[in-house]
Amino acid sequence: MNQKQNILNKYESWGRFPRSEPREVVNLFWRNEIPDLNQFSSSVLAYAYGKSYGDSCQNDGGILLDTKGLSRLISWDRKKGIIRCESGVTLAEILDFAVPQGWFLASTPGTKYISVGGALANDVHGKNHHKNGTFGCHVIKFELIRSNGERLICSEDENYELFCATIGGLGLTGLITWVEFKLQPCPSSFFAIESIKFDSLEEFFEINEESEVFDYTVSWVDTTATGSKLGRGIYNRGNHANPKLYKLPDLPKPKQIPLPIEAPFINSCTVNVFNMLYYNKQMNKVEKQIVHYDPFFYPLDAVVGWNRAYGKNGFIQYQFVVPFERGKETIQKILRKVSDSGMSSFLTVLKTFGYVKSPGMLSFPRPGITMAVDFRYDGQQVLDKLKELDVLVREAGGVIYPAKDSRMSSDDFQRFYPNWKEFSEFIDPKFSSSFWRRVTKS
Amino acid sequence: MDMKKIMIVGAASAIAKEVAILFAKEGASLYLVDINQGRLEAVEGDILARYDTKIKLDVLNVLDFERHEPVFKRAIEALNGLDAVLIAHGTLANQEETQQDIEKIIREFNINCVSVITLASLAANYFEKKKEGLIAVISSVAGDRGRMSNYIYGSAKGGVTTFLQGLRNRMAHSNVTVITIKPGMVDTPMTAHLPKSPLFSKPKDIGKIIYKAMLSKKDVVYAPGYWRLIMWVVVHIPEFIFKKLKM
Repeated sequence: MNQKQNILNKYESWGRFPRSEPREVVNLFWRNEIPDLNQFSSSVLAYAYGKSYGDSCQNDGGILLDTKGLSRLISWDRKKGIIRCESGVTLAEILDFAVPQGWFLASTPGTKYISVGGALANDVHGKNHHKNGTFGCHVIKFELIRSNGERLICSEDENYELFCATIGGLGLTGLITWVEFKLQPCPSSFFAIESIKFDSLEEFFEINEESEVFDYTVSWVDTTATGSKLGRGIYNRGNHANPKLYKLPDLPKPKQIPLPIEAPFINSCTVNVFNMLYYNKQMNKVEKQIVHYDPFFYPLDAVVGWNRAYGKNGFIQYQFVVPFERGKETIQKILRKVSDSGMSSFLTVLKTFGYVKSPGMLSFPRPGITMAVDFRYDGQQVLDKLKELDVLVREAGGVIYPAKDSRMSSDDFQRFYPNWKEFSEFIDPKFSSSFWRRVTKS
Repeated sequence: MDMKKIMIVGAASAIAKEVAILFAKEGASLYLVDINQGRLEAVEGDILARYDTKIKLDVLNVLDFERHEPVFKRAIEALNGLDAVLIAHGTLANQEETQQDIEKIIREFNINCVSVITLASLAANYFEKKKEGLIAVISSVAGDRGRMSNYIYGSAKGGVTTFLQGLRNRMAHSNVTVITIKPGMVDTPMTAHLPKSPLFSKPKDIGKIIYKAMLSKKDVVYAPGYWRLIMWVVVHIPEFIFKKLKM
């Protein structure tokens, strides 16, 4: 069964750590021909593009339901910007379809190659969280298939509890076959953005305060900078570019370069060089540009399979949010720990979450400051260091993001998400994931 | 000739759906035929969400040969004539299982070869009278040379390819275009059980190639084009060497 093996080991998580392999993959192609889920001998979990960093998209030894074949649009209300599509449709396809008609995703993460079902199940967020909340805030309804054969429509009016449990519910409440959600109007495919260099965290917070009026904000932080340079970075903020106000360039040709080989390009040396170049490539304090949504939202999508640059051991992305009150000091401490430890991060992102509340029960975003840090996995050492960061996050009353996690302790998870028991009542008995088994084992 | 009325058999297949979307964009009316009503409706919904056009659905199991003609007539009636027919249905059975089972061999041949030939013949007889029209058929690179890993499928497609050569010759005298489309490996439900390599194409890209081939009335199209080169090499390996390979 070499052929089968060759297929099974393609079902990785984005971070490729920890390694895991399903027993079987079941491909789904038609929303009206979903097999009886109870016939399977082990637990099931939906999987589409495997862009979750950790093990929330993994079901080691169990069955994965591959939803990539559920890739059709179902209906589109161009006047209201309401789309209904099957759960395997990617955000990229939604953009290709909707942007020329004047509609944009109301919330999008940093990659467009994720499925709509995954966006809902992880209640993903993006650069406009402070204005628009999470993806789940824009979901109107969806269909959920339970292992007892029930096909439930979940919305604010129907099965509301399951609606809330499924948004951010990590795919555990059943199989999402289609989703109806609202887009937001956009005047063009372009964004008017400003990049501002900051020398310290203090300055970041100053700029951030005056930037709340921008629809989109995100910052890159140089984790290789130490001493007086600690906390320096570049603040990006922007709005949809209205063709009445700006002269827009021609639409760029989409470019994608595949990363041809798996090799640990990303190591402490290249990370140092990259961070230095990235910080210094911007000569002026402030730069203004009109850019297409691709480089603004999805810069890493331009390199297909960039995650393989971390080598065969994979990597860990550590994302947490801490409340505003303890935000500055905690971020400061964590940055210092990261730069002191020498486990420098290739791409470190800092952003504030706003107060728009998601219906999701287990949703990660909440008011505060969030930071995402990437670390190449090279053994126990990294895990030990991250444990030290956990302490700081915990002390500040923060939480860690399940969709990116592959290592938080069950104690921490249960502390971070105290309603997990209440949530677990909505889990379909046939559904499970490596993540869930890990964080709920006592 | 404008292609405004198009019948597609196997319309729920991933490749055919992409072709249908491209024609719908140009405002063509579509008569979509497939084995399952639910699948046809899913495809119809996808097309209508994108473009407002006229679509009619018809359920046909291509193994019901006596139903080919009624379905074809209904299509002509529903769209008030046809400009083009795309035949896109097919199955890829497991070679090792099929070669041990005569019934399965017959079934695979009936689906992938005989039913294609009968449907294409119906279209040909109709277009021949009209003195215009277009028949596009999805064959396969697998039909270019038999290989141990898929020669039942391959020989059925080879039959289709040879049939279309003859049909093209006949129809050339009646202003009717006959297109043989030979896709390589495509990432569709039909190949879901195969490990993917960089040689696999996306249905969307193959759909675009077929659409363009139909507009420009090509004779034989490899999809993507580099398969012409690959198959040239495969076809030219001497038989005494080829038979010893495990392909």
